[in-house]
Amino acid sequence: MSQALDEVKIGGLGASRQRVEDARFIRGRGNYVDDIVLPGMLHMEILRSPLAHARIKSIDTSKAWAIPGVRLVLTGEMAAQRNLAWMPTLSYDTQAVLATDKVRFQGQEVACVVADDPYIARDGVEAIVVEYEPLPPIVNPVQALAPDAPLIRDDKEGQTDNVCYRWEVGDAEATERAFAEADVVSKLKLHYPRSHPSPIECCGSVADYNSATGKLTVYMTTQAPHIIRAAVALVAELPEHMIRIISPDIGGGFGNKVPVYPGYVCSILCSILTGRPVKWIEDKTGNLVSTGFGRDMYLTGEMALRADGKILAVRFHADTDQGAFFSDAQPSKFKVGLLHSAFACYDVPHGHITAQGTYTNKAPGGVAYRCSFRVTEAMFFQERMVQAAADDLGMDQAEFRRINLREDDSFPARTPFGFLVDSGQYAKCLQMGLDAIGYEDFKREQAEARKRGRYLGIGISTMTEPLGAGNSREYDILGIKMFDSAELRVHPTGKAILRTGAKTQGQGHETTWAQIVSHELGIPADDIVVEEGDTDHAPFGMGTYASRSTPVAGAAVSMVSRKIRAKARKLAAHLLEVSEEDVEWELGRFYVRGAQSRGVTIQECAMAAYTNMPDGMEPGLENNAYYDPPNLTWPFACYIATVEIDPETGVWDVLRLVAVDDCGVRINPMVVEGQITGGLTEAYAMSNMQFQTYDAEGNIVGGNYMDYLLPTAWETPGFELHEVVTPCPHHPIGAKGVGECAAVGGPAAFVNAVMNAIGHTGVRNIDMPLLPDRVWDAIRTGKDISGAPPFRNA
Amino acid sequence: MEERRITVTVNGEPRTVEIEPRLLLAHLLRQGLGLTGTHIGCDTTNCGACTVLYDGRPVKSCTMLAVQADGHEVTTVEGLGTPSELDPVQEGFTTEHGLQCGFCTPGMMMAAKALITENPNPTEEDVRWGLSGNLCRCTGYQNIVKAVLWAAEKQRAASAAASTDVTV
Repeated sequence: MSQALDEVKIGGLGASRQRVEDARFIRGRGNYVDDIVLPGMLHMEILRSPLAHARIKSIDTSKAWAIPGVRLVLTGEMAAQRNLAWMPTLSYDTQAVLATDKVRFQGQEVACVVADDPYIARDGVEAIVVEYEPLPPIVNPVQALAPDAPLIRDDKEGQTDNVCYRWEVGDAEATERAFAEADVVSKLKLHYPRSHPSPIECCGSVADYNSATGKLTVYMTTQAPHIIRAAVALVAELPEHMIRIISPDIGGGFGNKVPVYPGYVCSILCSILTGRPVKWIEDKTGNLVSTGFGRDMYLTGEMALRADGKILAVRFHADTDQGAFFSDAQPSKFKVGLLHSAFACYDVPHGHITAQGTYTNKAPGGVAYRCSFRVTEAMFFQERMVQAAADDLGMDQAEFRRINLREDDSFPARTPFGFLVDSGQYAKCLQMGLDAIGYEDFKREQAEARKRGRYLGIGISTMTEPLGAGNSREYDILGIKMFDSAELRVHPTGKAILRTGAKTQGQGHETTWAQIVSHELGIPADDIVVEEGDTDHAPFGMGTYASRSTPVAGAAVSMVSRKIRAKARKLAAHLLEVSEEDVEWELGRFYVRGAQSRGVTIQECAMAAYTNMPDGMEPGLENNAYYDPPNLTWPFACYIATVEIDPETGVWDVLRLVAVDDCGVRINPMVVEGQITGGLTEAYAMSNMQFQTYDAEGNIVGGNYMDYLLPTAWETPGFELHEVVTPCPHHPIGAKGVGECAAVGGPAAFVNAVMNAIGHTGVRNIDMPLLPDRVWDAIRTGKDISGAPPFRNA
Repeated sequence: MEERRITVTVNGEPRTVEIEPRLLLAHLLRQGLGLTGTHIGCDTTNCGACTVLYDGRPVKSCTMLAVQADGHEVTTVEGLGTPSELDPVQEGFTTEHGLQCGFCTPGMMMAAKALITENPNPTEEDVRWGLSGNLCRCTGYQNIVKAVLWAAEKQRAASAAASTDVTV
């Protein structure tokens, strides 16, 4: 009789296990970067530029130096003496650490002050006098591309205009032929506004250079500690083995904590110069005005359609506003991320995409904000185009999707832009969503309500996105392939420690990785401790962003566990005195084939690995695995929103939001659902209120939480979650990424719902955010509303 | 700057410190007293990560001077529950998965504690309104709301049991 363990009871796959990390967080005993205190530690504050574009004429630091308690005032010129005034970005550009020649955006780092406490450092910053000569600011791609536009990046040799990259993919000729045969061509233009990931915890670091040992230890808010170590080795010209990056508890990342920021570099340099640990903790304004934003993309597209609703081809152009430096963290082959994942869930035969990036006098970024590198823009554009196309054909939006979504037996399928989509049950997910929301009933209710002057709307968003970069043929950052890793050490008593190259920031790796080990080995999850983020301890990995943890590091956890199991099998054969071929596995134990009661547990095998191994066997039960995924993972989602608009004010309320997510096998359903509700809230935020813009002078609007609106518990709607499971065909446990699906696919559901509610007015598009005054304007005038909301003086 | 001597009762223990008048309460708690459970998120009183109880009422400690707390009582997350027993609010947050990165959690829990102390039987709407001064970027609030309703229920059950004990 089987003595296998109950997997859910031991905290394996499918267990909604309570989170291990909660124990410290609910007691206020987390260890975030600002909680770290080292003996003799000094504090650093940054002076930022008040102007968007200006030449620096002089910097007078004498008054700052004179303040008691100020230990160091660092300027760009001083950094330049160490060859550190500029640093490379993760997109093969350069970025100023401290400005030397001119400032290129409001909030740019100009100098920093190190003092005995943060208040004195702030006094020091206020005492620095900088004389600027203002230059004309550029705040959008149109201005940037004007023939007489001032050159923003005059620091770059050979740069003669404000273009930062050009990129193209697809087959222009085949697409053109398809358009020539189209019955209908549907067109749409839109702007995805600039948005900031804005984790509640800002960025920060504690740099500790030990001049006796030559070792640099940096505690840092980073989602990718090993990338940072490599970057610091290159930038600071320190040997890599003498650099230790420790990413402690992180108060949210969402892509904001992937790039290397000037503050980190300055804290390191200041520690080297003062010989003491230096802490830098960014304030909220510093975070919002200078660190990686997301989006700020203009899209113009066309869809070639047959009268019966079949999509024949798509083509579109994207203009991205990169700000002053091209500092996206993205795979090096793809200049505009994975924008070309657009339309992957639809059977579209032909397509062509062009993209161009421009420098502007705005904060640098374009990071993957809760997104697999520009996938958010891709899916938003896709789903807005799909709705526009259905409307242009006079076809129901659900029916139009049914006609064009890939069928279950069509996988694997190649998209016109080169991706291989490998699995899904799209029609089932769509139908589940429609049934849950009561689609036909709602449409009747909507028609009735319209007669009484009420504006109800329903919006659908269906999408698959490529998560888990990625296979090493295609994906690298600064040349380093985007694999990931896990190291598992099983101790003599059968307890274990697991380390990975990923870095949790709220995703719950300490809980869920243990569940994968538990699934593979039958060791109770409570007996496994998980550690990440310390480059001296963790195996080399590329970190956590782009929903890559479960697809890549999670797969490595499975693979290392299987290596351990393979060795344990030999130990079991030795203990059971049979040949290895006669040993069978069930969860948690090996037994003799044909004699199931004769067995040994995984814990007994672990003890034997240290006390009783067979002759010739290497002792110990430890191993590691580096996982290079064969493909990306392709989760699918269907989000359906219903809204009601008050035509008198333009205010819209979400009536319901139904989410159907197919992210493959779920490791911990509770954690997965937490990721989905979090993502949906960001989707709601982006559609409704959350954006940054700049006035004509280059002043940022949205540089603090008074101006940059995030939804609270009060306005955030409730969400109804549903699930479909199509296992990933190549992942060891069939899992797919999930952390960003809702934030990626969600915005279009809300916007489509609002557009659906006012479809009778002739308005075809309102760009996000759908602020009440914009919706009201559109209803009143019957005209589209385009671009970021204009800056209005109070 | 001239220092001032103040005494604040923090988590039930009187603490006397000499501080600059400009020192913020959040910084006194974190740096002066080493109570790093209180987090600082935004500096503008919007995010609520720094919420503590001031004479039992929730305040945002990043926008209050430490000297204002002279002679008053402050409760931080470290004062919730005991080493052996969690407060119902803490228990609710972990049971209902009301936290992810954990950064907003201490402030959110302190606001929740004040809410259910004042209103032991809140509706979902009461909770959403009562916590609208605290921002969370991870959870989407749905599970935070559940956590607070869970805690309120637990607290009601506990006080019902306690009053039964008294009458018996």
